Amino acid sequence: MFGKLTLAIALVFILSAVALGFLPLLWLGFGQAFHFDDYLPRVVAFTLKQAFLSTLLSVVIALPVALALARRQFFGREALLKIFSVPLALPAIVAILGIVGVYGNSGPFGGLFSIYGLTGILLAHVFFNMPLAVRLMLTRLEAIPAENFRLAAQLNFTTGQVFRFIEWPQLASALTGIASLIFLLCTAIFAVVLILGGGPQATTLEVAIYQSLRLDFDPARASILALAQLVTCGLLVLVAGQFAREIQVVPPTLARTRRWDGKSGLSKIMDSMVITFAILIVVPPILSVILSGIGSIRLGGSLLWATATSLLVGLTSASLSIALGWVLAGTAARQPHTLLKSAITLACLASLIMPPAVLATGWFVTLSPLGDMSRYAIFLVVILNALMALPFVWSPLYPAITDSVQRHDRLCSSLGLGGLARLRLVDLPVLRKPLGLAFLMAVIVSLGDLSAITLFGSDRLVTLPALIFRQMGNYRMNDAAGTALVLGVFCFALITLAQRWSQSHDQA
Amino acid sequence: MIKLENAGFRYEDMVMNFDLEVAKGELVGIIGPSGAGKSTLLALIAGFDLPVSGRISIAGVDMAGVAPDQRPVSMIFQDHNSFAHLDVRTNVALGISPDLKLDPQQRERVDEALARVGLSDFKARKPTELSGGERQRIAIARALVRDKPVLLLDEPFTALGPALRRDMLDLIREIQKERKLTVLMVTHQPEDAKYTASRIAFVQNGRIAHVLPTKQFFAPSAPAEISAYLRG
Repeated sequence: MFGKLTLAIALVFILSAVALGFLPLLWLGFGQAFHFDDYLPRVVAFTLKQAFLSTLLSVVIALPVALALARRQFFGREALLKIFSVPLALPAIVAILGIVGVYGNSGPFGGLFSIYGLTGILLAHVFFNMPLAVRLMLTRLEAIPAENFRLAAQLNFTTGQVFRFIEWPQLASALTGIASLIFLLCTAIFAVVLILGGGPQATTLEVAIYQSLRLDFDPARASILALAQLVTCGLLVLVAGQFAREIQVVPPTLARTRRWDGKSGLSKIMDSMVITFAILIVVPPILSVILSGIGSIRLGGSLLWATATSLLVGLTSASLSIALGWVLAGTAARQPHTLLKSAITLACLASLIMPPAVLATGWFVTLSPLGDMSRYAIFLVVILNALMALPFVWSPLYPAITDSVQRHDRLCSSLGLGGLARLRLVDLPVLRKPLGLAFLMAVIVSLGDLSAITLFGSDRLVTLPALIFRQMGNYRMNDAAGTALVLGVFCFALITLAQRWSQSHDQA
Repeated sequence: MIKLENAGFRYEDMVMNFDLEVAKGELVGIIGPSGAGKSTLLALIAGFDLPVSGRISIAGVDMAGVAPDQRPVSMIFQDHNSFAHLDVRTNVALGISPDLKLDPQQRERVDEALARVGLSDFKARKPTELSGGERQRIAIARALVRDKPVLLLDEPFTALGPALRRDMLDLIREIQKERKLTVLMVTHQPEDAKYTASRIAFVQNGRIAHVLPTKQFFAPSAPAEISAYLRG
């Protein structure tokens, strides 16, 4: 069903988008490379430093929390785990607004420390990544065979010995992967540093690119920053991505392994303190978003207009992303040559290596001399969002298509089933679930996107995240809270839908 | 030696109730359809599951409130009997002391047990480098150093081929005679029970439906549901 033509169009599309972004950077960036102050090394160093510290903190806090949650069964445990999935489901800017609401100057914990600068960045990253790390570690811990704990009970292991002989070996093999994933996320979440960072002391590459392009109008500087971002991210993905790939997020199982360790009073007190601490990190910002948002939703023109824009951009870019992903995954699944197969995979994962800011910088440099970009900015945002979503489309789609190809290709060709008939009778019914999941993921990526929209957005092109950013910039925090709640509810509903969908077993 | 009196347990929708008496030094096979409650029966005796009613006693002592490690029981599972990252010797040594501080005499006991099960040459290997049969020998060696009077086997040899299974069953039988162990063995292979057990308990729908001497169990005169199960 996939003609050579569609494949060619899809590949050419991605390659030209990448090339259009990449080539002008090389041109401009290398021209600049030799007269540059210490700004660039400082930004690179800070990017890595904040990611390293955030990862360390997230993992160190998550470890005892995961162990305690694996050991304990208590009322509200399932609900707590659901809440732990909220931070990453929320668009970054919504969560950050919540954090500012709690720890900012006017919040209940205001004045404890300055929320701007490194402290705020670390706090936000721990808020996002600690619950993720807990869930990933818990997945590993729950995969420990029940026999191990039975054996431990029979041999009278202490809590420490259970950790040493059972839990640690199980976690250790996954820890590099979890840390790598978090490290990548910490270099990638643009909104955190954009809002909580500030000044040259606390800025990351991606934010510096935005500042050079939109605030300083210095495409040359943006180009070299983008090149540095490309090299850093490329190296990180090559190294850390290898480890991160092994990590799988599996929903927590309901059938739990009985445990016999941790029966002492001290152990119970320690575990409850650890769990309470984690709750105190995760819950207040979420509550803040809900509570300060509820009274502040003003159904004015700007909110409705931004909602409509967000939905339009989200649906269009998701459709584009699905179209590209489907064609490429179908080809890759049938491709006997491993080289071409990995080339296609790489094209789909391009946006992981090639951060959106890098691509956008190149487009900006190429297109801005050609006249007013705001006329077609919406297309740029849609295309960029589609490319950003492609990895998330790829991951449910590719395995499903590979499976379907192996099962059905021979049967279909023996029956002479092809073209639209095959699409209708075989591919659509079989791929309904992964396609739906991929589409939802793509919409979510686009709904939460702040990098493409801040780079190309204008007064006439404002999505929900961009509106929040503006309102925060104008110190209209109440309006921002209202908008954030609307966006948060949208994303959360979509994520819940996606989770339900991926967990339902009605279809084989 | 082992006595279950009306020991009740609920697993999801299934209500179980077990009555069984096993004499010291006996080897009893436990046979029955999947999901009938065979493994639960062993878990109740080992203390991994707790009965909601009735009474379980071992060697005349009521086991209510006795933790798994305090019971005079060793258990060998079908799988996951050893820690993959620890070498064979350490896996067995855990049976003596989980903090692994062994005196020379205890270390000798570990070596003896390894020799008894034929793993002397594999002491320093990791379980992953061993075959399925050899891995189960680790668990048998650990049961030897623990030296408990009751041995529970939960389909320990199901994954092995017929010849190897026969070897393992011989080993179990020898050890049972040497140590005068009381053994309960859950198995899916009736011929395994026929080969080793003196009596066989037939478990069905969460109850022990029949306990018969092995010969009668396989005789044409056996109760209808047993013959039906054996015919497959």
